[in-house]
Order: sequence, then structure tokens, then C-alpha cells
Amino acid sequence: MVVANQFEMVCGLEVHVELQTKTKIFCGCTTEFGGEQNTHVCPVCLGMPGALPVLNREVVNFAIKAGLALDCEIAEFSKFDRKNYFYPDLSKNYQTSQFDLPICGKGGLEIEIDGEKKWIGITRAHMEEDAGKLVHSGETISTSNESSVDYNRAGVPLLEIVSEPDMRSIPEVLAYLEKLVQILEYTEVSDCRLEQGSVRFDVNVSLRPFGTDTLGIRTETKNLNSFSSVRRCMEYEVARQARVLNAGENVVQETRTWDEGQGITLTLRSKEEAHDYRYFPEPDLPPLVIDKEWVERIRKTLPELPAARRARLQTLGLSAYDAAVITQAKAMADFFDEALTYYTDAKTLANWVMGDMTRLLNSNQCSVVDSPISAKQLAELLQLINKGTLSGKIAKSVLEEMYSTSKDASMIVKEKGLAQISDEGALLGIIDGVLAANPQSVEDYRAGKDKAIGFLVGQIMKATKGQANPGLVNQLLKEKLA
Amino acid sequence: MESVSIGKSVSEQHELLVHKDVSSTELTKAYIARIHSVDPDLQAYLTVLEDKALAQAAEIDRKIAHNEVLGALEGIPMALKDNMCTEGIRTSCASKMLESFIPPYNATVTDRLQAAGTILLGKVNMDEFAMGSSTENSYFAKTRNPWDLERVPGGSSGGAAVAVAADEASFSLGSDTGGSIRQPASFCGVVGMKPTYGAVSRLGLIAFASSLDQIGPFTKTVRDNALVLNAIAGYDPLDSTSVAYEKPDYTKFLVNNVKGLRIGIPREYYGEGIDPEVAKGIQAGIQTLIDLGAEVSECSLPHTEYAIPAYYLIATAEASSNLARYDGVRYGYRAEAEDVLGMFKQTRAEGFGPEVKRRIMLGTYALSSGYYDAYYLKAQKVRTLIKRDFDQAFEKFDVLLSPTAPTTAFKFGEKSADPLTMYLSDITTVPINLAGIPAISIPAGFVKGMPIGMQLMGKAFDEGTLYRVAYTFEQNTNHHTLKPSLSGEVLASGSR
Amino acid sequence: MNMTISREDVEYVAALARLELTEPEIQEYTEQLNSILDYAAMLERLDTDDVVPTAHAVPIHNVLREDQVRPSINHAKALRNAPDGDEGFFRVPRISLT
Ligand SMILES: [Mg+2]
Ligand SMILES: [Zn+2]
Repeated sequence: MVVANQFEMVCGLEVHVELQTKTKIFCGCTTEFGGEQNTHVCPVCLGMPGALPVLNREVVNFAIKAGLALDCEIAEFSKFDRKNYFYPDLSKNYQTSQFDLPICGKGGLEIEIDGEKKWIGITRAHMEEDAGKLVHSGETISTSNESSVDYNRAGVPLLEIVSEPDMRSIPEVLAYLEKLVQILEYTEVSDCRLEQGSVRFDVNVSLRPFGTDTLGIRTETKNLNSFSSVRRCMEYEVARQARVLNAGENVVQETRTWDEGQGITLTLRSKEEAHDYRYFPEPDLPPLVIDKEWVERIRKTLPELPAARRARLQTLGLSAYDAAVITQAKAMADFFDEALTYYTDAKTLANWVMGDMTRLLNSNQCSVVDSPISAKQLAELLQLINKGTLSGKIAKSVLEEMYSTSKDASMIVKEKGLAQISDEGALLGIIDGVLAANPQSVEDYRAGKDKAIGFLVGQIMKATKGQANPGLVNQLLKEKLA
Repeated sequence: MESVSIGKSVSEQHELLVHKDVSSTELTKAYIARIHSVDPDLQAYLTVLEDKALAQAAEIDRKIAHNEVLGALEGIPMALKDNMCTEGIRTSCASKMLESFIPPYNATVTDRLQAAGTILLGKVNMDEFAMGSSTENSYFAKTRNPWDLERVPGGSSGGAAVAVAADEASFSLGSDTGGSIRQPASFCGVVGMKPTYGAVSRLGLIAFASSLDQIGPFTKTVRDNALVLNAIAGYDPLDSTSVAYEKPDYTKFLVNNVKGLRIGIPREYYGEGIDPEVAKGIQAGIQTLIDLGAEVSECSLPHTEYAIPAYYLIATAEASSNLARYDGVRYGYRAEAEDVLGMFKQTRAEGFGPEVKRRIMLGTYALSSGYYDAYYLKAQKVRTLIKRDFDQAFEKFDVLLSPTAPTTAFKFGEKSADPLTMYLSDITTVPINLAGIPAISIPAGFVKGMPIGMQLMGKAFDEGTLYRVAYTFEQNTNHHTLKPSLSGEVLASGSR
Repeated sequence: MNMTISREDVEYVAALARLELTEPEIQEYTEQLNSILDYAAMLERLDTDDVVPTAHAVPIHNVLREDQVRPSINHAKALRNAPDGDEGFFRVPRISLT
């Protein structure tokens, strides 16, 4: 980046994650995505006069769980507050959120870039409600002369995770986000479907000359919904701010919006009026008191988190790289662990999972959860190789067959007569025939040309359609030629 | 028969229904006739539900015909303040903003009264969004005091108080944020109870100030009041501030005996601003209780004078947020404008009346950046001190006693010019809401022909003891038996 | 009178509260808010440094509901009161960015 030489970038993130509950945070409406507009609504989430909120217990459980996974302190006492601002997608014109006493306090996670580890602090995480959705009649919000509001999403529970301004480069930001989303996915507090908007990012960026400690004036760009938008938005914003600073001007502290089509950020509202949110304690909701017992109950439901899982796989003989690939997504790691209960050679298993298995899934655009080959079935296939029933090469084609039919490997081997020929008598007959047909090669081998044996093995494999046990063929051949 | 029956208490009407001396239909028709005859002058009702009420009454009459056991409130015609949601029936909050708002659901109290078999006669007038002490702030009408049509009925539940005082309903429900049940009960000479915060569900009560609002009954007698509270109180899982307390049968407390009961007289409630004649009337009431064996002595609630500013800061701050939802998008009034910001501002400018706007302004200011600590937070801390005053007083006393309001009903326009003067007259009622405790106003005599009310304050969830004292007082006095004269001649010759 | 609130304050607050005020209203509210806040200044006399604020009159906590779906209200009911409802949406005029 051009500016990298002049300015240091300082970035902090606010990440809004939709929690995977069945119902909204304060009412019994479903959180199901989609649905005809304004059908997943009730007096509470429509902000009808007289309606009152009742907190969903599962939202608190998920918030504690995510907090624990992110190394956060869980507050013994926390409360809800109203954040007051007018916007047509906000049915009460205040958002019920948490202000000074959020459920999760300080925490953080470790990222790794080019082998270097860095701790990114998390300031807090709090529960709040999502707003509805605005649909604009024109191309963009600015050219539209009318908008429509759908409140189906209003009241869907969110966890807002606020980081410290600890990131200094775009790769760090992306590493943080990937790691964060991975942890949230692992804990299953969110389905993390970015394409459905279930994770959204607000990016705070400022620049300062290298070597200075004071923070520059920052802008906040709201509501990005993919890693690539975050990257592009930051590239744009860093360059823009650098231009402003280089021109001797000041960056304006403001909230901006990302225009995906044009690839630029635009002013949404200026600081003065934007941030007088008039927070005050939500009178309709009594506070939360979370005792140790509650926290421990949730801690017991925590899965093995990515870092711990990677470490464990490495102790089983996987390389750091392989362990990282396998644990990238929880579903894959779960598949691997299940297979491991039937087949104990972790390294071989990893090769198959990362290689042929992944290739098959990818070419069929299938996720591992929906894989037609179960972990147990894959393990059986590998056991057949170990037993000598299948050669590695034939096993690959059996795997493909398994993928399209969901049949067990042993069944396919039986039906197609693919079992490896390990019968000495049968092999000796074939070997005799091959030797008789290739006297020159026999001659060459005996004259010291070791390579000739390779050709002979190839001929034998060809004669058996690849089903001959290669180890046995080698052994018998050497005995014959000795 | 009919015209006599509407003047009777709920429990008397229940006996008439049980013994088939009168049918629910006859009773309902009698109230409707009464509304037709007196309400053009009194203007208590915003909506009268003749057909619905008669259909409900016919239903109850079928039960009576089958000799089914009749609940205490079954077949009894009543009215709801127009800030309690009634599914399919307009609920306006006496505001232009909600002039045509039809709620898609019932308030919990509406459901409970429906389940109890009551007949809903209609929805009654109030100060817009329950903001006011005179019902002069209604967008629709000025309700008149049946004791003197030149005077206000009090507020904000003026319509609910008048409906009971003028026999336009057997009982009614009001809401009380800073005195809005007790003060109009006092001005109109009826019984009005503000229960403990959390005793009656607020679900479906259109919020003014969420941490202070509470629904309660207006009745002619103390027994009726206990009967209605029996029907509406109790835990509601859909209101997070509703308390899961063990609800007693409140009628069990209706004993004619206050011997040995300790009654405290907080001296701060008798300060300047209290009409000496009202004080004298209350003094006579105190003497009655002493004569009946109560142990009465003076006490102090030292932070009382701070209650008014604390109350107005907290109530308006919450209101400014509660009323933000009226923006012309989902329901209610909308002014047309070019863009959404203009639509919001114009809708709210045209849809709200002056008092509502004033309070939104005050509340918004109290919460705004830089002033939160000085105003809102400070008020919440003072709220703690006021609560503590009561806690300490209740270590020594079972009940505290004061005038409900410093004066009798005032004349229209008398106080509306200066909002602060109007606010200051709430001194005897607002501390109770800040503390969340229950208080009842009962008729305690007259000053120059206008009723005065005696306020009894109790410990949280100790409505029972308030009913005991109120009942004993009522059984030994006759203030509650007097009625305003509202014959056609009187109305016609009224100087207006 | 000690003017705590200026006309600009009133205009700022009105903007926050989304209230279009007329000139007489601005003047009236400036005056009245000043008189009310002057009165409220008496709170300063109280030392509340060590006092915990009361947000809820009755001290309860952890009021929670189970995560069970309840039926939503039907479309007609949701939109019945909408000043401008069309094709199942609530309509609003143009949203200006600044
Ligand atoms: Mg937020
Ligand atoms: Zn809902």
C-alpha cells in the first residue's frame, strides 16, 4: 500500500452477530430468514403502543457462551439500556441494547500472520436487538424517492462484539475477522451465514504518522457484510484519509456508508447529531444477575475451540498446516474427529480428507455436513487399504463410487470384484507369463539394470487391471529373478 | 328499578343479578341510558360500545338463566381509560396521534376483566398520553366534574373517575403515574387505588413512564375496589416488571377494625399549598380513626419536596423515549412530507398536543449529552432517598395518611397557564410512584360542596392493610354515600 | 431568572426529539423549560455521591422466557393501522442521507 510508508493505520471493529435462537430477543416471533415481508411480527417487534419485551433466556446463554469462547469476563450484574435515535427501520425509535454494563467484558483472541502471533483485544460484547430492513425504490438510498419497511428482522438477537483499536494492517483485520467468525461458528452461537447478513461489520479506521502514539481522527463505516467488502472498504478509506491528510486537511469524524457498486464510502451522518443517543436504563427490563453456577453450566457446553483442536491434531502427527486446514471449519473438524474414532492413523486420514474427500465435495459444491460419504464410511475404506484388500489407487475410484452411491466401500469392492489379488499361486502364474513375454527386460535386470523391474511390475499390474497387491508382486518377482 | 340499580355498588348489583332481580342486559341498558342522558355534559366517554356491551350482557344473562354460578364481577358494566388496549376497539390515548388506532391485541387487564365476565361499556377520557392533572389535555373533549361542571375532574384518569362518580359505569380502570388515579378519585368523591408497582400487569397499557405507571380501579366502595383488584392483579409472564407475589383475596382484609394499627402522619404532606379547609377535613378523618382505636402519630418523610423535580425528570425522560415510536410509519397520524425526516417532525408536531410536546422536550433535554448526570441520574439517586424515607417510616407504621390532593377540584383553565404550578400540586401523590408503593384515595368529606380525598399509603404489596383501614373508615362515615345531583334540570340550569 | 437553557438548546432538543416547533413554541418552551429546570436545581442541594440510583421501583432480576416460537400476528393485523401500507410493506417517503 502506498500510504504504508507515510501513515500507520489504526483499526478497531464492531461486529454484529445474529444469534442462532428460534425466537427473537424480546418476543416469540420466529427468527427464520426469509418469509414474506412483515409476517414474522407481533405487537412487540412492531413497537405497538403498550407492547412489552420479555428477554429470551437462550440469548443470554449464547452471549455467555460466546463470551467464554472469546476469553471475556462475564459480568455478574448487567442490564439493558435504551439507545434513542430515529430511523424508520427501528420500530420503537430506540434500540434496546446494553450500554455501561454489558454482559461480556474484556477478552480477546490471537491471530497469526506470517508465523507471527498477535493478541487482538476485545473491549466488550453486548446483547441487543436487530432493526428491520429498508427496501429502496430507486437504485440506491440516495436516488430513491420512497422506501418500504419490513420488520421481520426487527428484534432478531444480536451480539455486538467490540474490539480494541489493536489492528495495524488490513491483513490483521481480516485475520481477526476470520478467527472471530471461526470461533462463533465453533460455539454454534450463530450460523455465521454472511451472505444472509447474519454477521455484519462496522469498521473504525484512522491514520497517524508512524512513530506517534496519539490516535488520529477516525471514521466509522457501517454495515459491511463480507470480508471482501471490508478489505475493499478499508483500502478505499485508508487511501482517502491519506489524501485528506496529505492535502493538509483534517479527517472529519463521522459515520460513513459503503457503496458496494461504486466501491467508495460516503458520509452517512456527521458526528454532532449522530451520537447523542440519550442512553438510559431500560425500565421495561429488570437487570440480569449471572452467578458462577450459570457461567459454569454454560462453560460445560463449550466445544473444543479451534486453537485447542489444532494443538491436539498436531500431537497426533499432523503438521501445523494440516491441522489448521482441518480445523478451519468446525464441520470438517468434526468429520475428521469422527472418522478418527474408526481409523487411528491421523496423518493418512488427513491426507484423504484434505485431498480426495475435499476435492469431491468442492467439485460438487457440497458442504461436509451434507456429504454423501459418512466419516465412518471413509474410515472403512482406509481400513481396506491397510488390510491389503484395496490398493491406494483403486481406493480413489472406490471413493468416487461411494460419493455417487453412498454405498459402503466393502459393498462396492464386492459388487465390482475390485479386491486386490494377494493370492501367491494366482500371481505366480501371471508373473511367469509376463517374464516369458519379456525376456529382454529379464536380461537387463539380471545385467544390473534395476530399473527394468519397474517395467515388469507395470506389466503385471496391467495384466491384473491394477488389482495385484503391489508389495507382493515386488517380493515374488525378486524371488523369481534371484 | 333500572335507574336505582346503577347507583348501587358492584357487590349489590351482583346480588341483584344472582337473585334475578335485574338482568345484566337491563343493567347495561340502564348505564347506556345514563350515558346518553348525562355524558353530553360530562364528556367522560370517548367511545361507547352499545352493541358490543349488550351482546356481552346477553351472554351473561344466558348463564344466569341456566343458574350457573356467577363470578363477583360477571355481568357488571364498566369502563376502561382509553390508554388500555382493546383488540378491535379504538384506543386513542386521547391523542390526535392515535385518533384512529385499533390495537391488534388486548391489554392483560382487558383480558382479565373479559375473563371475569364484565361488560365493557366503553373507553373513557384522559389527559393526552396520561400527561396532566385535569383531563384538560385531551385532544377530544374536556371532561367535567359532576359535582360542579365548572371544575375539572382531575387527571389524568378524569373520565374514569367521572364515569364512576356519575353512575355512568359500575367501576372503571385508570392508570396512575404520579397520582392519575388518586387525585381524580379525590376530586370526584370515589375510591381509587394505585396498587404496588408490579402488582397489575402493564402489558397493553400505553406507556407514559414505564417505571412509574400502574393500573388500578375506581369504585364507589372499598369492597368493590378489592373485588376489582382481585380480578386484575397478579403475575403476568408477558410483563417483565410484573412481580410473582402471592396474591391474596383482598376482600379478606375488609374488616371493620383498626384497633392498634399504627398510622403515621407525614408532616411534609401538610406544608404550604395545602388548602387549610382540606387539611381540616383530613384532620377530622384522622380523629375518626383515632376514635376507632388506631394509634396515630406524626412522622417525617424528609425528602418529600425533592420528589416533584425527581419525578418530572424521570417521568419525562422515560416518556420522551416511550413516545418516540409515534412517527407516522406503522400506525397513527401521519403528516405528508418530502422526506422521512420532515415526515417525522411534522407528524409529531401535528399529532401531539402542547403538554405532551413540553414533556418530550424536558425529557429529551434531561437525557441529552452533558446533562444526563445532572438531571436524570441525579433524579434516580433522589428516588433512592425517597424510597428510603418510606422504608424507614414503615418500620414504625403500618400505614401513612395524608390528603390525596392539596385542594379540591379547581376550575377549568385555573392552573393550565403555568405548567410548574400544575406540577407542584402533585406533591402528595408523586412520591408514592417513585417508591413503587400502593396508595388508595377514599372520600373523606367536602369543602364548599366539593369532595376531598384521604390518601392511605402502604408497604409494597400490602394493599390488604390499606383496604382494612379504608373499609373501617368507610363503614364509620357516610361521605361515600353522597352523590352529585345530575338531574336534567340541574344540568339545564347550570351556568355555562 | 437564571437561564439554564438557551434558545439553541431548545432547537437542538427539538431536533433530537423530531419535533417541528413554531417560533412561538420555541419561545414558550425555552421559558417554561427554564422555569422547570430552575426549580429542579434544588436537587443539587442533596449530596448523592454515595447513593445508588433506582431505575426500577421493585428490585427483581432475571426475568426470562423460554426460546419457544409463539404465533406472529397476521399480515392484515400488522398493517391495519399503517398510514401508508402497500403490498405487505410499510411505506415511508425518501430517506435523505444528511
Ligand atoms: Mg450496537
Ligand atoms: Zn415479534
